[in-house]
Amino acid sequence: MDVAIVGIGIYPFGRHDGVSASQMGAFAVRQALRDAGVDWSDVQVAFGGSLGGSLPGGDGGGSADTLVTHLGMTGLPFVNVQNGCATAGTAVTMAASAISSGQQDIAVALGFDKHPRGMFNPESTAIGLGAWYGQAGFMVSTQFFAMKINRYMHDYGISQRTLAKVAAKAYRNGALNPNAWRRKPMDEDEILNSTMLNYPLTQYMFCSPDEGAAAVVLCRADLAHRYTDRPVFVKAATLRTRRFGSFEVWSPWLPLDRSEGPAADASRACFEMAGIGPQDVDLAQVQDSEAGAEVMHMAETGLCQHGEQEELIQSGATEIGGRLPINTDGGLIANGEPIGASGMRQIFETVLQLRGDAGERQVPGNPRVGFTQVYGAPGIGACTILTR
Amino acid sequence: MATVQQVPLAEGLFSFPDDPHLLGSRCSQCGVHTFPRQEDCPRCSATAMEPVELATTGTLWTWTTQAFRPKTPPYLGPESDADFSPYLIGYVELPGQVKVEGRLVETTADQLTIGQQMELAIVPFRQDGDTEVVTFAFRPCA
Repeated sequence: MDVAIVGIGIYPFGRHDGVSASQMGAFAVRQALRDAGVDWSDVQVAFGGSLGGSLPGGDGGGSADTLVTHLGMTGLPFVNVQNGCATAGTAVTMAASAISSGQQDIAVALGFDKHPRGMFNPESTAIGLGAWYGQAGFMVSTQFFAMKINRYMHDYGISQRTLAKVAAKAYRNGALNPNAWRRKPMDEDEILNSTMLNYPLTQYMFCSPDEGAAAVVLCRADLAHRYTDRPVFVKAATLRTRRFGSFEVWSPWLPLDRSEGPAADASRACFEMAGIGPQDVDLAQVQDSEAGAEVMHMAETGLCQHGEQEELIQSGATEIGGRLPINTDGGLIANGEPIGASGMRQIFETVLQLRGDAGERQVPGNPRVGFTQVYGAPGIGACTILTR
Repeated sequence: MATVQQVPLAEGLFSFPDDPHLLGSRCSQCGVHTFPRQEDCPRCSATAMEPVELATTGTLWTWTTQAFRPKTPPYLGPESDADFSPYLIGYVELPGQVKVEGRLVETTADQLTIGQQMELAIVPFRQDGDTEVVTFAFRPCA
C-alpha cells in the first residue's frame, strides 16, 4: 500500500516565551489537518514526540495526553516516540508503516520541543555511561562533531572555508524562510572569525537548541485525491541504529575497525526501498547540527563521494539554484533544533518544495524527488524519500 | 604540611597510583577490546570478557578544543566561566586494542598533529574538599 502526505503544518522555529511545547505541537497538527481538509476525529492513529522533558530545564510536553487534551480526546491510538534527534523521522516511519500495512487509512505524525538556552546537557548515566564521563567534561555533543569533522578534513581534504560556506548558505536560505529562526545573512569571513568553540568549528557554524513543532497528515495513496490535488508520496522511510565500529557521539572508546554510520545504513535501505538512486534526488535536507555534519552526511547518504564535497560546495552545487540543493530552508543552522520537531521540519520543507510552494526559496525546475536525513544521539539515522 | 590525598575520577577506569594503566576488557571469543571494562561483547554478543590492562602509548586519531565551560550538571569542573580554562580532548589509538577518548595535556592546539605519538598521564582534575580528584589523560611522547 503506497502512502501519501496530504497535509503539512509548522509552528515557526525560534524562541516563544509563554507558549508550551504541546501548544506548539497542537498548532502544527491543526495547520496540517486544515491543509489536508481532515478533521482530528477522522485521524485513526498518531505518532509523535518530543525530547525536551527528558533534558534538564526542558519542556517536552511529552505524553500523548497533553496533545489529545488540546486536539480532542477521540480515543485514537497515540504512540509517544522518543528517539533522540531522529524522533520525528521515527514517527513518520511508523506512521507510514501503519498505513502501508493496511491497519489504518489516515495518520498524523508530529514532533515538538522546547529547550532552554545553551547546549544540551544530559547526564552520562542517561545513556548508560558512568557518571564520571559527564563530570569530567566529555558529555558535550559539540566535541564529537568537531572531532569527527577534524578527522574527516584530514582524510578527505575538506577546508575550513568550505565549512564556513555551508553555514553562510544556511543563513542565506534561512533569510528566505519566514519560519526560520536565524534570518540574517552572514558572510564567510564573519563565520570563520567568530569564536572558536570546538576546533575547527566556530560559533556560527553550529546550530542552537530552540523551540518549534511540525506535523504531517498521511493517508493511503489511493485516497489522497480526496484531500489534495498535489499529494507527495512517501516512497521510503527507514530507521537504523549504529553498528559496531561507527564513530558516534558520547563514546568513551571506539574500536579500531570503523564501520559506516547509521546515516549510511538508513539511506542505503531507503534508496533500495524506493527503487531509485541518489543520482535521482532533486533536493535534500540533511542533518546539519553544524556545518561539518552537512558535509559528511552528503557523502554518508550517498548523495556524493567522500571528498567530492569540497568541489561541490565551492562551486555552488548545493545552493538553491545548484545541481543538488541542500537544506533549502536553512537547515538546523538557521532553524535551530527543537529535537523532536527537527526531522519533521525537513519533511515539511520537502513537501513545500515538491508542491512548488516554497516561494522565494523555491528550487527551480519542478523538482520531483526529495530526500531527508536526520541523525540522533547516540547513533540513530532516519531517512525518507518523497516524490510527487 | 599535610599530604594532599589523591583519588581517581572513578573506580575501575585506571590503576592508580602505582604503575598507571587504563583498565579495559577483551572478549575471549572475538578478541575485541573495550574501555572501560564491560561484561558483554558489543561486537559478537558473547558474555566472556576478560580484564586487561591497556597500552600506555598510542597515536592521536583526532582531537578538538573545548573553549567554553560545559554545563553543570553534569560537569564538575570549575563552576564559573572566570575559573574555567579551555582544555583539549582527543582519541588516542592504542595499537591492537581500542581508541580511547581523553584529555590531552602538556600541549596546545597549535602543536597537535593527527598521527603523533601520545602516552598515558594521570593528572589533577579538580579539588574536592581536602582531596584532589585525578583523571587519565594523554600527553605527547617526549
